[in-house]
Parts: sequence; structure tokens; C-alpha cells
Amino acid sequence: MPESNVLPLKPKDSQKAGAGFLISVDALGYRRGGRSLLDAVSFELGRDPGITVLLGPNGAGKSLLLRLIGGLIRPDSGTIRFSPDFRGPIGMVFQKPVLLRRSVRANLLHALAIARIPRRERTGILARLLVEADLTHCAESPARALSGGEQQRLAMARALVGDPVLLLLDEPTASLDPAATAAFEALVRKVAGEGARILLVTHDLHQARRIADDVLFLHKGRICEHTPAATFFRAPASGEADAYCKGTLLT
Amino acid sequence: MLFYSQLLEIVALSLEVSLVAVMLAALIGIPLGALLAIGRFPGRTALIVLVNALMGLPPVVVGLGLYLLLSRSGPLGILQLLYTPTAMIIAQTILVTPIIASFSHQIFADLHREYDEMLRAMRASRWQTILTLIREARHALITAILAGLGRALSEIGAVMIVGGNINHATRVMTTAIALETSKGNLRLAVSLGLILLALSFAINLALHFLRSRLERAAHA
Amino acid sequence: MRLPALPAALFVLLLPLAALAGKNEIILQSTTSTQNSGLYEYLLPLLERDTGLRVKVVAVGTGQALKNARNCDGDVVLVHARDAEEKFVADEYGLKRNDVMYNDFILIGPEDDPAGVRGARDITEALQRIAAAKAPFASRGDDSGTHRKELRLWKAAGLDPGAAREGWYRETGSGMGATLNIAAGMGAYALTDRATWISFANKGGLAILHEGDPALFNQYGVIAVNPAHCPGMNIKGAETFITWLLSEKGQKAIASYRLKGQQLFFPNAHSALPGNGG
Ligand SMILES: Nc1ncnc2c1ncn2[C@@H]1O[C@H](COP(=O)(O)OP(=O)(O)OP(=O)(O)O)[C@@H](O)[C@H]1O
Ligand SMILES: [Mg+2]
Repeated sequence: MPESNVLPLKPKDSQKAGAGFLISVDALGYRRGGRSLLDAVSFELGRDPGITVLLGPNGAGKSLLLRLIGGLIRPDSGTIRFSPDFRGPIGMVFQKPVLLRRSVRANLLHALAIARIPRRERTGILARLLVEADLTHCAESPARALSGGEQQRLAMARALVGDPVLLLLDEPTASLDPAATAAFEALVRKVAGEGARILLVTHDLHQARRIADDVLFLHKGRICEHTPAATFFRAPASGEADAYCKGTLLT
Repeated sequence: MLFYSQLLEIVALSLEVSLVAVMLAALIGIPLGALLAIGRFPGRTALIVLVNALMGLPPVVVGLGLYLLLSRSGPLGILQLLYTPTAMIIAQTILVTPIIASFSHQIFADLHREYDEMLRAMRASRWQTILTLIREARHALITAILAGLGRALSEIGAVMIVGGNINHATRVMTTAIALETSKGNLRLAVSLGLILLALSFAINLALHFLRSRLERAAHA
Repeated sequence: MRLPALPAALFVLLLPLAALAGKNEIILQSTTSTQNSGLYEYLLPLLERDTGLRVKVVAVGTGQALKNARNCDGDVVLVHARDAEEKFVADEYGLKRNDVMYNDFILIGPEDDPAGVRGARDITEALQRIAAAKAPFASRGDDSGTHRKELRLWKAAGLDPGAAREGWYRETGSGMGATLNIAAGMGAYALTDRATWISFANKGGLAILHEGDPALFNQYGVIAVNPAHCPGMNIKGAETFITWLLSEKGQKAIASYRLKGQQLFFPNAHSALPGNGG
């Protein structure tokens, strides 16, 4: 996990800092081609389990932020710190699912193998994941032949391998039907209830209202606000978020 | 004149030499291609250019270089490999490895671009990454192997020099064709050429079906 | 499919090593005419029956054969360029040089004979007519026995077409058969040994235009590689081969080889230089 700019805190630092966060993002900057794509992004995600919804218009930098937190790319400035007792994998679902050219079952078995789950435990976990993602009926189908929604559910099931404490989900319900969306939300709630922290990007405001504990609003690479969900949906603190919710925000 | 039993012997040796050479070349070339696509080490770009350039290596040059090595007065003469099928296998392995390595490099580079972030998100080790990519590349790699096999089966310059075209020992399809041509038996030479073509066609057909079966299973 | 592959590869790689060790077998570095004419296919089974010796023939031009033997990549040479053979022995790469058999060279060319060599008194005049007519001539150009012979004949005729870079003189840089194919393809004259010519199947519009000049005599010699120079070579096998070839039996076998009803090689291991053969 440790990337050069991702500094795990030493135990005594974290005590000094109050040990209240799971992740602390500080003055994060990311530039490409002379454009500042993320600028002075700072926020904390608490240690307590919960669902943070990341909102923002197209091109705001949401996917970029998730990839930075996941350690897939490096920031140009700023730091991302994890609490010292942070362990286990980070589960990620990308906006466009990347699936292996294998069956659904083989995709999950591959993830279990990569996570070094002992062989004898794999069958049990596999069966559980297939049920949770409602993929049992197509376990033997080639993953790339699945429908868009099924592919997203498979990506979600794969992200759950290894019981991650942090899940980074990039528009995971964008192609799900209402029933699947409801099932997905129930699953996310259950995972959160079991102690995981979830950072979820969505453009579905109803969904955000249904599951968010708190809301991060990103616009043009800057955090406009980070407020509890109830506050956000009653009256967003920032004008941008207000305009976004009303559908009048110009990007 | 060529008799049927002699023809079988020649065809069998051609297949043995070229198939073993391609297998060895695949064992070297595929990991090398993967390393070139995924690894980050000094001299990597130079190595990529070198491997691509080696694809154009004239077989005669390989044959000559190997002859100088394997000649009884050469540094490896003690092995007594000159004029044996082993020498021919070595020569063809040298010729085919750059082709398979170069094709695999391209295949792996494309797959790596596609899967890199996903595999890193899963915290896959380098070794796990390479194994995953090799598995994902399996149908595309068949094409690389076919290209190598084509070169091996059709090559004459190297096997002629290090094999010596010895009857019942190192005579293969291409050297037999050259011999019959030099005897003026053009009909027989062309017939042998057609047999070689048919062989190559059959192998391609078989691997084509293997490839499409794999692809149907993966729906890639 | 993947599991047995590696052991199989190792097996194939190690097989020849095992097979070579202590086998009653020699490598013969030979000129191409003896191979292309089918002589070895006739002779070697007889030899093997008598002596148990297996002979692996590498057929290349005389120059290449002697070079390979110098590198110790053969146990015996059978070639046809007397001066080169004698130098090979003088340089102590080979033991004794032995006459084995002879045939002769012939001048072939297009049936309609544009240079008019048919009426020539001897080969010298024939070559001069070709040069005068600037008729296409295909030369081996590969340092083979035949090539060396051809160069000596031009020299005797007071000509040096190779150095003159004249368009009608084409060096093919290939074996006898390939050169005959080229001559047939472009209607050129060429010098060839009679054995290759008789066994050559693609004669096209070519015919023998000059033969019988004593200068066209073609002697084959056999030499064992010097074990002092090549310690690993099979001297016993080489001696068995040469002894058999020069024996009554071997000489008779050479004489009895016929292709298309014609005798291709004339044994002369024991006789003094005979008259012209063929
Ligand atoms: N590697 C890169 N090079 C240059 N520009 C990039 C790169 N990656 C992302 N961008 C740009 O950064 C901006 C933010 O991209 P990002 O994918 O994070 O948007 P997003 O908030 O996820 O939008 P959406 O809601 O459409 O998914 C975009 O304008 C994009 O073009
Ligand atoms: Mg996005």
C-alpha cells in the first residue's frame, strides 16, 4: 500500500491527531497538461463505519480522487494518510468495469487467489459472493458477455474479496435496474454495518439521499463542502452544490 | 528419387525440429515479451529495439554463427552437435525467439494497459500480474506462435548449414526441396513444396480452431 | 499438452549426444556431383553391409568441403580439385591423397549454339568463341572444383572474363544444379561434370556442345582428415571407408553404378592415369 505520498502515521502522531480518522487527505493537488485537475483537496473520513457519497458534475475529478486514494496514481502535491491500524485491502469498483476474459466464477476465483485466500476457503466465499451479487445463475458465463448491470455486480462482488475496510465505488449502480439498485444499496449498507467505510460516487441524488451518511461535493477539482447528509439535502452550504442539486450548475 | 518412407522420415524430422524449436522459443520468448511489457529496468528500450531488429535476422547468418560455435574446432565443438537435429533446433530457436518475444511484447503491452490499475487495486504481486496476463493473452499468443512456426518450417539457410542436409539424419523439407531443385527435379521439388504448404495449412487450421474455442469460452 | 513438453524437449536435445558417442559412423565432406548423381545412395549401403560403417554425407562445393574438414567437421573428404587437395595434405590437415575415380567435364549450352562452339577443335577454342560472341555463360563462381577447373580453362584460353566484368559472364555463386537451372532459364553456356549433367532432370533446351578434350579430365580424390590436427575425429572409420573405396570391391561398385543406362564414374585407384573417360 504505501506509496511515496501516502504516509502511514506513526502511532504517536495518530494519538496526537486524536486518532479520529481513517483517512486524512491534505492539500492534494493533481495536474496534467498544464490543467489543475485537483486543487488543495482536503478532507477526512472518520474511523467509524459509514457511507460517504462523493457528488459533483461530470469532469469534477471524482474518479481521479478515488484512484488517488486507492494508490493507483500519485498526487503532485499533498498527502493521503491512513490511520496506523489501517489494514487489509481497499476494494475498488471502477466506473468502467475491467473484467478478465474468463467466466464469472473464474473472475472471482482469480481475485480470491490474488488475495491469497487459502484454497479450501475459496469455494465457500465464492458461493456467498455469487449470492450477494445475484450472479449464481450466470456463474459459468463469460464475464464479458454479461449485461452491463451484471458486469457491475460482478465488479462489486470482486471488490468485496478479502473483506476490505475501505470500499471505493465509482458509480457502481449506473447501469442497474431499480430492483438491482435496491439490492445493491442493501448490500452496501450491510457491508458498512459490518464495519467498512465506503466512499461512493453517484449521480443519482435519490440514491445519495437514501444511503449517504455524509456528502462530499467536488467541483472543478475543489472540495466545495463536506457535510452530513441530512444537512446537505436540507440546504447545501455551497452555492455550487445547491445549483447541482437543482440541475442548473454550469461546468 | 524419393520414396514414400523417406518422405515420411523427412516430414517427421521437419515437424520435430520446428515444433521443438518453436516450443523452446515460446518458453523463452513469451516470458521475455512479458518482461519487456511489464518490467521497468535499465536498457529496456534498447532491448525492445534489439528484439524487434533480431526478427529480421537472416537465417544464413544464424546458421553461420552457430556453425562457427559448434564446429569441432569452435568453442562448443566438444559437444559434437554439428550436423545433428539438435543443432537445427538450436538454430531455429534462435530465429523464432525474437518473433515470439516481439509479438508477445505487443500483446502484453496492450493487456497491461487494460488491466494494470485493476490488478494494482487488487494488490497483485508482479508475479501474479505476469501470470494473469499470460493467462489472458493465451489466444493472442497462439498467433505469435503461429508466426514463429511459419518462420521455422520455411527456413532453410540455417538448417542447411548446421544440419548439413544429411540423408536419414538431418534432411528436412526445405533442404530436400533445395536438393531436388539442384538435381533439376523441379516437379518433385514443387510437390515437396506443396506438401510443406499443406502441413503448414493443417497446423494453422488446428490452431485456428483451438484459438476460436478459447475465444468462445472467454468471449474476448 | 504442457506437461510432457519439457521432458520431450530435453529428450530430443540429449538424444543425439547419446547416439554419437562411440558410434561406428563418419562424416564425409563431399562435392555435390557425387551426391546429386545418386552415387552415394548406391554405394553406401554396399559399404555398410561389408564394413558396418555408416557414412553421413555433407554435400557442398569442393572449396567449402575442404574448409569444413579443416575445421574438423568431417572425417573424410571426397572432392575434385587436385591442387587444392594437395595443398590440404601439404598443410597437414589431411593424411594421404588417393585417386578414386574420374569422369570428365563437358561444355553445355543452348541447342541452337549461338556462339558456334560445336565445330571448335578444343575447349580453348570453344571458350574463345563464346567470349567473342559475348554469348551468356553461367559460371559457378563458388570456389568449387568445377569452378576452379573453369577458371583454369579460361586462363589457358588467354581470357579472364570474371575480371573484365563483362555482362555475358554470370557468376551464379551456387551449386552445379542451381547453375544448370539458371543456364536452362537464360539459355547460357556452362561447364559441368558429366555425372551431374546425366542425372540432371531440367535440361530445358540445353545440349552437350563440346566434350572429349583431355583438358576436361575430372579426377576425384579421397583424403582422410589428419587426426593429429583433429584429435576427436574417427580415424578408424575414415580408414575403413577409404580402404573399402579403393579395394577391388569398392572400385567395382563404382564402375557398376549406372544412371539412365550410362556409367557416371570410372574407378582409377590402381591404374596409372588413363586416357580420357566418359
Ligand atoms: N490522465 C489524464 N490526463 C489528462 N486529463 C485527465 C486525466 N485523467 C483525468 N483527466 C481529466 O480530469 C478531469 C476529471 O476527470 P474524472 O474522470 O475524475 O471526472 P469525474 O468527476 O469522474 O467525471 P464523471 O462524472 O464524468 O465520471 C476530466 O476533465 C478529465 O478529462
Ligand atoms: Mg468518473
